[in-house]
Amino acid sequence: MSRRNQSTGAKAAPRAASRAQSLKRIAARLPVHLTLIGLMILWSIPTIALLIGSFREPTAISASGWWNAVTDAFQGTFNLTINNYKEVLQARRMWQSFLNSLFITIPSTFLVILVAAFAAYAFAWMKFPGRNILFLVVVALLVVPLQMTLIPVLRLYVEVTPNVNLPSVELPVLGGTIGGGKIFGVNSFVGLWVAHVAYGLPFAIFLLRSFFGALPKELFESAYLDGASDLRVFFRIVLPLSGPVIAALVIFQFLFVWQDLLVALVLLGDPDLAPMMLTINSLVSSFGSDFQLLTAAAFISMIVPLFIFFALQRYFVQGILAGSVKG
Amino acid sequence: MAGVTFDHVTKRFDSTEAVNDFSLEIPDKEFLVLVGPSGSGKSTALRMLAGLEEITEGDIYIGDRLVNNIPAKDRDIAMVFQSYALYPHMSVYDNMAFGLSLRKMPKEEIRRRVNEAGEILGIEELLKRKPRALSGGQRQRVALGRAIVREPAVFLMDEPLSNLDAKLRVQTRAELARLHERLQTTVVYVTHDQIEAMTLGTRVAVLDYGVLQQVDTPQNLYTNPANKFVAGFIGSPAMNFFDGQLVTVDGTTCCQISGFNLKMDKAKREVLTKHLGEEVTFGIRPEHIVDRRLMPDAPSEAVVKTKIDVMEPLGNEIFLYLVPKLKLGEGSFMARMGPETWVRPGQEFEVVFDMTKVHVFEKESGKAIV
Repeated sequence: MSRRNQSTGAKAAPRAASRAQSLKRIAARLPVHLTLIGLMILWSIPTIALLIGSFREPTAISASGWWNAVTDAFQGTFNLTINNYKEVLQARRMWQSFLNSLFITIPSTFLVILVAAFAAYAFAWMKFPGRNILFLVVVALLVVPLQMTLIPVLRLYVEVTPNVNLPSVELPVLGGTIGGGKIFGVNSFVGLWVAHVAYGLPFAIFLLRSFFGALPKELFESAYLDGASDLRVFFRIVLPLSGPVIAALVIFQFLFVWQDLLVALVLLGDPDLAPMMLTINSLVSSFGSDFQLLTAAAFISMIVPLFIFFALQRYFVQGILAGSVKG
Repeated sequence: MAGVTFDHVTKRFDSTEAVNDFSLEIPDKEFLVLVGPSGSGKSTALRMLAGLEEITEGDIYIGDRLVNNIPAKDRDIAMVFQSYALYPHMSVYDNMAFGLSLRKMPKEEIRRRVNEAGEILGIEELLKRKPRALSGGQRQRVALGRAIVREPAVFLMDEPLSNLDAKLRVQTRAELARLHERLQTTVVYVTHDQIEAMTLGTRVAVLDYGVLQQVDTPQNLYTNPANKFVAGFIGSPAMNFFDGQLVTVDGTTCCQISGFNLKMDKAKREVLTKHLGEEVTFGIRPEHIVDRRLMPDAPSEAVVKTKIDVMEPLGNEIFLYLVPKLKLGEGSFMARMGPETWVRPGQEFEVVFDMTKVHVFEKESGKAIV
């Protein structure tokens, strides 16, 4: 309302004055904008270099830097190819690894959020003996380095790995398989899920608890008076209000699992089950000179995280809680 | 429909007593206001009734039913919170329907009740909106609507008007009174605002430090406060207090304040005579101090010579801060005059104490003598 009044007021003022004013405003912000643009370009250069490199011929890559492709393009010569992608996807198992990565990352992310959200709700809003001590223990787990636990976990997994294989399912449309490996323990997807969920839980519980704890108490009391059980409050009130924090957590956890090399390297030996990071790693060691394949593989591995980020970024901006209580 | 009974209810948080031996009977259909300064235990008492707080000692009944161990949702009550506590992701309709659908009420009946409540509160057009698209006053109505659709035996309201601006508060206050008239349901209402308490309450219960000070109709609280706390809390501007002693001068009972003798009214003398010699607190409301010029034939012993310290004209009335010539207690006291009394700060000014309206309290306990 007040904004509308302002604009009608501005109309009455001489136009030249307002134009001079807006020019002044632009000039004042120029340094900020230039700095931001400069930083953005600086930060994007490696990615752009990777993208361009992945489309260049192997001979060109070894002969000249990636920027030559750009200068060539300005002179009208395009010397680009998609052969790198073709080779990586077909000959080097990259496609199967891509499917494996999805099959590892999606359940690991989903399970972490499900379990952590239940735990965080209990820590934030349910009264039970030992609640604070238990929560302290969870927070303390944040400081345990993942690397310290790898060998004990591996030894444990070796002990409990049954000699039973899970069936793998052909995916004719996608051109690969999904599943397979042992039922649990080493060389098993389930084993890897459990490990990733366990590694992800302390931070996820910590983050969600502080978010849930900051929700207004009256909201819960009101729901209890309305006759809602804890489970219903969780699903009908807490989860719908937690979009932003869950989106943030999805990104964290997804990226962590997707980019993980170490855990998969230790717990998965079978190349048929290997996620992308493991396969890219083996590209480096066995084809050290095939730089063009590495660039293509790296770019494929980036597609999904980028997609996730762009899909969820709007949740960061949106203030979903607005309107609950006066403010 | 049901009344509410608090039977010697106590609430302790660790070692502090929030509510202390609180007993109160609220008959069916009464609008009872719990009022007191912050920390007086009024909200805790309400929350115990709601089932949001455990009862340390004593019993609470809703109707004839002992509710100590009955969960909040089964107590047949509905509560309106100060912050409204609307579900931000649900529409106004869903906010109101939430509690009903959890109780497995048929859809048709839910729709009927929500629409009816919407009509009563004048929010029919807002039913599809989300709370964030509503103004403070509208949110407040939705919170009320959520309570109304439940058709509870008792409404509980915890400072429901505190988040509204002054004008809207006055307006909503009148609407609440009308709503109570229409719904004919017991209401227990918590506020720290004595004007809300006086205007809304059938009866008002005044609490301080977890102890019930007095329960009575608003008019009786004003005219016959049971103690100094109630006398000072009810009424605005607050009652003036002076420390003094009951003495006899020429055979009549007087209250002696710093050597100045105020002759007590005939009707009050009989009771006061029994307390002769005792230290007391003398109280008089600002509205019972009158401009001498308007009462030329006032008895001279009720006249107090003062100097005007500050004058606050409000248009329809004037507040005066008066410094007595003879030292009456500490600093200045307050008088409330009509607009025809026009004075300047610094001016000498004679006022008359209306001795039929004064109060005398025991100094130690604060208990009212008359």
